[in-house]
Amino acid sequence: MSAPTIEAVQPALSTGGERLTRPFRLGILTGTVLVSLLLFAVTSLQGRADFLVFLVIAYAIVQTVVSFALEGRRYAADRLLSLGVHLSLLAALVPLVAVLGYTVIKGVNKLDVSFLTHNLTGIGPLDTNGGEYHAIVGTLEMVFMAIVIAVPLGLLVAVYITEYGRGWLAGSVRFVIDVMTGIPSIVAGLFVFAFLVIGLKQGYSGFAAALSLTILMLPVVVRSSEEMIKLVPAELREASYALGIPKWKTIVRIVLPAASAGITTGVMIAIARVTGETAPLLLTAFVTPSTNTNPFQGKQTAIPTFIFDQAGQGQQITYDRAWAAALTLIIIVLALYVGARLLTRRNSLARR
Amino acid sequence: MAKRITAEGVGARYGSLQAIEGVTLTIEPKSVTALIGPSGCGKSTFLRTLNRMHEVIPGATVTGKVLLDNEDLYGEGVDAVAVRRTIGMVFQRPNPFPTMSIFDNVAAGLRLNGVKNKQLVEEAVERSLRGANLWNEVKDRLGKPGAGMSGGQQQRLCIARAIAVEPQVLLMDEPCSALDPISTLAIEDLMSELKDRYTIVIVTHNMQQAARVSDSTGFFTIDGPGQPGRLVEIDATEKIFSNPTEKRTEDYITGRFG
Repeated sequence: MSAPTIEAVQPALSTGGERLTRPFRLGILTGTVLVSLLLFAVTSLQGRADFLVFLVIAYAIVQTVVSFALEGRRYAADRLLSLGVHLSLLAALVPLVAVLGYTVIKGVNKLDVSFLTHNLTGIGPLDTNGGEYHAIVGTLEMVFMAIVIAVPLGLLVAVYITEYGRGWLAGSVRFVIDVMTGIPSIVAGLFVFAFLVIGLKQGYSGFAAALSLTILMLPVVVRSSEEMIKLVPAELREASYALGIPKWKTIVRIVLPAASAGITTGVMIAIARVTGETAPLLLTAFVTPSTNTNPFQGKQTAIPTFIFDQAGQGQQITYDRAWAAALTLIIIVLALYVGARLLTRRNSLARR
Repeated sequence: MAKRITAEGVGARYGSLQAIEGVTLTIEPKSVTALIGPSGCGKSTFLRTLNRMHEVIPGATVTGKVLLDNEDLYGEGVDAVAVRRTIGMVFQRPNPFPTMSIFDNVAAGLRLNGVKNKQLVEEAVERSLRGANLWNEVKDRLGKPGAGMSGGQQQRLCIARAIAVEPQVLLMDEPCSALDPISTLAIEDLMSELKDRYTIVIVTHNMQQAARVSDSTGFFTIDGPGQPGRLVEIDATEKIFSNPTEKRTEDYITGRFG
């Protein structure tokens, strides 16, 4: 026997055999479905979900065996893997579409102009009118204040870490920010509750809620901005320094504009995240049926706390209100995402 | 308004690594001086000590003196930012500002240094683009992004950007190594025009280029890995390439090492 050579493991250009063409695969699928139906009819197997799982596994096995017999090992492995990838995609899409679709179906009935323009003052348990106007006002004010505090602060911290920080201080700042990323939102709410609401006796307010949202937003803004600023090539900074442009102007006029597209995306994701926060708001702004436009004093309802409140009351009409508010929230967050995508695309086009 | 540069015992470190040591030389005004040598011999590092760009890197330090005419660039109270405004630099890879138009790129040095007068800026941009032999190619699309041009055009844009602030000296760190031969020729022609007004120092790997464009040539080398780079000799380009004083220079330019 001669020693194996490299030529020996090189494949023949044509395997010569049959291919699992699309009609062939459809045939396998039909066969598997029929056999599965038969098995579910005559044996003790039952249930729709069980049927689906059984079908997928049966199809995967049959396809692999047939492909192995006809096309060989490599094709069989390829088909099995690509089946797995597509099924995973489907599995990931199903809950997403289901949540979105279910919310739209449940929420669209109640979502009308009256619902958007009225609050819940004087609405009894059996009244079917009333709306979420006060909650929309609350969410917009709280999120706006959180943005105003967290975005400039987060940007400056990111600039410090990337451009100025040296040694242990920058390292510990980055560490603290990383730890902050992992703070559960209820803890952020508890902190503001203990510190501001009862500690300093300020009482519930939209501002307190905005502060707890800031605590949640800040680390996301810092980390994403930091990554984007790091991506700006050092040559650009050097080009600017070589023109005798001072460091702070280099950062403000050269580095940040070059990183702006990525920073915008990061900020938008942070905003979208805090817009849906519920737990910290319950501890800091609480819930009220009336409209409170002053964020610095008194209870204020936001959309997530409105949903929580209404869903917990256990009546058909309050469920409807909760669904409609959930739909509003999804629309607001979706609008932010779309806005972010458009902004990013415009910036990247302008670069070319 | 070109000025003379004199280096006296210049050394540079990256943290604990001594990159160059004891470099003493004089660079004449209104001439092109080329610095050649094998990779890692410290010629780029030396170039960056001349406009205090070396210290931009964390942990990098410089010893010795660099005199611009008679003023020590590393003297007490000398502002590194002001030094860089006086001594411009062009880098190996073209690096126009990606978010700016062609016009804004050339105007950046002036505007960000506080020049507000529109007419003044416009004149300077046209003058610099003409100076960089780029005006005719870009005059109809000054508002377009600088990053959309060819590599050679981008590098000439960077030269225009550097001369727009009217420096005394122009440092070029392998300005043609990322360019094709035609663009290289354009930059070389530009250098011989610019030397009427500026002192030019160019680092190059290409010995033919050094022979073509420079008036004097300095040869750097290192004895081995981890050793500091040193200046072997500097002399008129003709002499370096025909009859160098040092044996090591002759070995290098005849291709025996490096």
